[in-house]
Amino acid sequence: MFPMDKHKNIPNDVNNAEENEQISGQTDEISSDSANPKMDSVDEQNLDSKKPEVPKGEPEKNPAQKRASIGKGSIFVEPIKRRSFFSWLTLAWLAFTAATGTFFGIMLRFMFPNVLFEPKQTFKAGYPDDYSVGDVTTSLKEKYGVWIVRSTEEIYALSTVCTHLGCTPNWLKNENKFKCPCHGSGFRKTGINFEGPAPRPLERFKITLANDGQIFIDKTKKYAYEKGQWSDPESFLRV
Amino acid sequence: MAKDQKGKKRGFISRLGDSQVWKSIIRTGVPRNRRGRMFSVLNSVFLHLHPVRMPRHAVRLKYTWCAGGLSFYIFCVLTITGILLMFYYRPTVEYAYTDIMDLSEQVPLGIMREIHRWAAHLMVITVWIHMFRVFMTGSYKPPREFNWMVGVILLVLTLLLSFTGYLLPWDQLAIWAITVGTNMARATPFLGHEGPGAALLSIGDINLVHAGSDVRFALLGGRFVGEAALLRFYVLHCIGFPFIIIIFMAIHFWRIRKDGGITTPV
Ligand code: HEM
Ligand code: FES
Repeated sequence: MFPMDKHKNIPNDVNNAEENEQISGQTDEISSDSANPKMDSVDEQNLDSKKPEVPKGEPEKNPAQKRASIGKGSIFVEPIKRRSFFSWLTLAWLAFTAATGTFFGIMLRFMFPNVLFEPKQTFKAGYPDDYSVGDVTTSLKEKYGVWIVRSTEEIYALSTVCTHLGCTPNWLKNENKFKCPCHGSGFRKTGINFEGPAPRPLERFKITLANDGQIFIDKTKKYAYEKGQWSDPESFLRV
Repeated sequence: MAKDQKGKKRGFISRLGDSQVWKSIIRTGVPRNRRGRMFSVLNSVFLHLHPVRMPRHAVRLKYTWCAGGLSFYIFCVLTITGILLMFYYRPTVEYAYTDIMDLSEQVPLGIMREIHRWAAHLMVITVWIHMFRVFMTGSYKPPREFNWMVGVILLVLTLLLSFTGYLLPWDQLAIWAITVGTNMARATPFLGHEGPGAALLSIGDINLVHAGSDVRFALLGGRFVGEAALLRFYVLHCIGFPFIIIIFMAIHFWRIRKDGGITTPV
């Protein structure tokens, strides 16, 4: 992986041996250069074509001795210096990579604040008797994104997020429906969609009674009609 | 100085070109021949992106429509006008809308905002036209397939610049357009809380990807389009995306040359 590894494993490392052969081969070649008429003009092409020739000829001389000398060369000429240099370098690179990686993680986490200045996801919404039968209460819409609807038997909390693309519909009392201004989806008082592009009914939130008898709404739990969740006892409040 | 060795009066340009000031900036002096011109292109940081010599067909308007060049020009216009707008616009719920009104009605000439807005529309159009021309001339083929991909990234960045800028006027149109637009991010596989696979990322009962931790949240800084979203879009629009698009433009232009200049018309 790192240059260091190569140098540690010299005796077994074929790649490395080849590299060294080329290098020493080249010095050989230079001495015989003038004897070889082909090599007289040194231009780029010649240098290129020269390289592959060298390793071919070289091993015939004395491959075993050569390999040994490579090992010797690497180990004895400047042994400790090189090794420690490469291991420090490896360590430095690893540390650098780790630090950079960590920083990217920090960057990602940075985008998700610990404190949100938004209305709470759970809140109390007064007593059941504050709501009269047949009414759609719109007073919590602005702050909490909830309509409280009371029918003859139950109270439920409808999400004000249009199931088409997320605009906020308006409750039209005279027409007895929720109407979305963005693309015209319409929903009945129950939240069931009946016109426009919305593909499914509005969602309902978890609604329970708190100990003090107030209605308690938890927006983190949603109930979807199309999944049959509206029969869940926490999706409505029996009154 | 005003006269040469033979005592003849020399023209202003000629004297300028030999002055120390000029030569300290443009080392090769006034280009007087082909070699001189080549040197001035090679030695200028701005000109060196361009080749020193160009085949005649490469500048034929009929072939490129100059759509790529126009896109770049409009990007420059947008950068300059955008920086000017930043002197008046404050990205807060309290001021954003009124500052925009102020920009159209009170700021001298009231035109900077219109230039920025029209140029923004125009850039999207020219980038599409450029892509269309590259496609129709088959210029995406090897060796230019990499530059086509860089181009796709440039297109996406152009659209993202457009999208983030759209929220800044903070009117009803802006807020709901961004609401609708970012809702698409809910459905991102694994990363959006309503996307396929998001439900798989959970530890026991605890969902890891929910409305408060998905990509949409990262984009908006909240669960709905509010104060934090305005600020995030502002920063992305003014700094983030321009910074990234400039890097990719540099790669794009550099690659055109490395791929052997633009394609030859058949
Ligand atoms: C920010 C947007 C972009 C800018 C500023 C830009 C700029 C340029 C310029 C100045 C050229 C030189 C030729 C010409 O003007 O037509 C060019 C060529 C090219 N562009 Fe773009 N470009 C952009 C987006 C794209 C897109 C969206 C694509 C396609 C996905 C694309 C793909 C290419 C390719 C493949 C070439 C080489 C064309 C050839 O060899 O004939 N670029 N670009
Ligand atoms: S978002 Fe409500 S109809 Fe499209």
